[in-house]
Amino acid sequence: MRERFSMGRFFAVVLKEFIQMRRDRLTFAMVVGIPIMQLVLFGFAINSDPRHLPTAVLVQDPGLIARSLVQAMRTSDYFAFDQEVATEEEAQALIERGDVQFVLHIPVDFTRELLRGERPQLLLLADGSDPSATSNALGAARQILENVLARELVGSNQWLRPEASSVELIVHAAYNPERISQYNIVPGLMGVVLTMTLVLITALAISRENERGTMENLLATPVRPAEITLGKIVPYILMGYLQAGLILVAARVIFDVPMSGSLPLLLAVMLIFISANLAIGITFSTIARNQLQAMQMGFFFFLPSILLSGFMFPFRGMPVWAQHIGEILPLTHFLRIARGILLKGNGPAEIAPEVWPMTLFAVVAVAVGLTRFRQTLD
Amino acid sequence: MERDVDRADTAPIIDVHELTKSFGDKVVVDRISMKVLPGEIYGFLGPNGSGKTTFMRMLCGLLTPDSGSGTCLGHDLVQEPTAIKRSVGYMTQKFSHYTDLTIRENLDFVARIFEVPDRRKTVDEAIARLGLGARQKQLAGELSGGWKQRLALAACMLHRPRLLLLDEPTAGVDPKARRDFWEQIHKLAAEGLSVLITTHYMDEAERCHRLAYIAYGRLMTEGTVRDVIDQANLVTYRIEGPAVRELTERLRSSDGVGQVVAFGNAIHVSGEDPDRLTGILGSLLGTEQAYRPVPATLEDVFISLMKRAEDNYR
Ligand SMILES: Nc1ncnc2c1ncn2[C@@H]1O[C@H](COP(=O)(O)OP(=O)(O)O)[C@@H](O)[C@H]1O
Ligand SMILES: [Mg+2]
Repeated sequence: MRERFSMGRFFAVVLKEFIQMRRDRLTFAMVVGIPIMQLVLFGFAINSDPRHLPTAVLVQDPGLIARSLVQAMRTSDYFAFDQEVATEEEAQALIERGDVQFVLHIPVDFTRELLRGERPQLLLLADGSDPSATSNALGAARQILENVLARELVGSNQWLRPEASSVELIVHAAYNPERISQYNIVPGLMGVVLTMTLVLITALAISRENERGTMENLLATPVRPAEITLGKIVPYILMGYLQAGLILVAARVIFDVPMSGSLPLLLAVMLIFISANLAIGITFSTIARNQLQAMQMGFFFFLPSILLSGFMFPFRGMPVWAQHIGEILPLTHFLRIARGILLKGNGPAEIAPEVWPMTLFAVVAVAVGLTRFRQTLD
Repeated sequence: MERDVDRADTAPIIDVHELTKSFGDKVVVDRISMKVLPGEIYGFLGPNGSGKTTFMRMLCGLLTPDSGSGTCLGHDLVQEPTAIKRSVGYMTQKFSHYTDLTIRENLDFVARIFEVPDRRKTVDEAIARLGLGARQKQLAGELSGGWKQRLALAACMLHRPRLLLLDEPTAGVDPKARRDFWEQIHKLAAEGLSVLITTHYMDEAERCHRLAYIAYGRLMTEGTVRDVIDQANLVTYRIEGPAVRELTERLRSSDGVGQVVAFGNAIHVSGEDPDRLTGILGSLLGTEQAYRPVPATLEDVFISLMKRAEDNYR
């Protein structure tokens, strides 16, 4: 005899979870605390204006202006000239090892070409893997170049002055071809925080009942697995929105992240993302034998999410196998959606290809959770 | 004990046949059959770890029997667990309501889960009956053991079940509360409710209409208190006097003496073979110390059954 899904029983579970959620100070503190903590940590990184970044110089031009330029950069706060290199290979190796953040390359004949008005190239090789660390320094480099030119190009050379256009400053960012901007971080952070807290919280939801013995009482009632599972998901959806709201407000007010797209659209799609995370958490909860195991499973899910979703590393820069794993994870798609909507102003048509993989993930996770749900204590 | 029950209602409430359950290779419930009639209070006794809780869990669908079959309230144990759960009130041995919900919230949750009609009124009445009106907003986790038991009992009766499965409901409850509890149980039974109850208290066992005693997962005896005592075929002698203490050891080491139990300044000596027992007593005591036969008590019977089970099944 199949028992039907009962809205009354479902609501009973929802209500109970709400009360428990409200009383559980620690969880509540975590829910509000984690976004704030993350924002402070990452926000600090965003706002920070790192100085004295290790820089190497590769000067192939003995000319006056070249020397003057090196001198000017040396005295600026942004660059710390640690070493001089003789070849491009050496410069490349320094960047690769992460020994320096920049290499300033002044090519042969720079001064001569400049004085002839030939717009010589000045190459600044930057380690772009940490965009927030380098972007200010890049701006500074441009400024320094302009100042030096203004000072040096006097007298008969004054005609060359029309600012920096007399020199072509080429910035080559290694490792981060997408040039992730600061703005990318906050929308990404929203996805990361939601994944972290929601998966962990629901991973505990059923294992807690098992561990405290309350499952025995629950299973002795006519309540159905679907009623328990969904009833435990619903209250946490609101919790997810609370977190997202906190981050969105902070993004706007503190970090001035542009919101070019539709906020309601973002909030609507977020429902799917939140559900997917809650569903996988519940599924872990039905598989785990105790709360500790459930926690561990949560972490095992969280790590690839944060590493392979494109939050930490540019997605296209990862090996193909990692991209395949990344495509499965809801966070990957949510990052693209959130960045797309907030930064590029994407609409439903553009984000559609990212919505269905999240939906599929949520449905599969719920299905696995329901089949794994043990209706007896066997 | 006489009860008048409707003829139409006399189909057994619990009717199970050879229920068996193992955990790993340990057989915890071993081919137990049992019938409980409407309005009957059925006592379920046995030492710790004998399988009482496991048996109850199979009755209400929390565990699946490895073999055996049966019905509970007319529904098949394996096929229709949900139908059974709807009309059974199960009180777990360990408190398993939410310690972070208040008394009222816990009762309200149970009432909602069972979709009790007129929920608010039912919960109000339950709280009033418990006498917990003033403390209804207290967290269940803050209640003392005895109050937790009462809350659990109130919770498992909210949906007006036709069968109560009570797993050690009075463990750790004070005598007054226990008496109240039993009065309530008898009142409910008179209204037609059936109760299967586990206990370690002899006085409670004697208040049951019928009893079963299990040890090592096996049903050792079954019937009314009278039946159980008679079936045990136990003869018991009471010996009084100053020398009983040294006698005890000597008696315990002699073959043919089932058990020696101290009762204050007296001891009860029981055995299954009356002639052998009187022989031993005669030779040990001589004539100066008197011994007289007394009716065996339930406790004598259970202890003897337990020893027998130890000898046979361990
Ligand atoms: N889920 C389980 N897994 C393994 N062993 C169990 C489980 N439940 C009970 N047992 C074992 O079964 C035996 C009987 O337990 P139980 O039914 O609780 O006895 P009682 O209620 O009579 O004290 C005990 O030895 C106990 O350790
Ligand atoms: Mg038990």
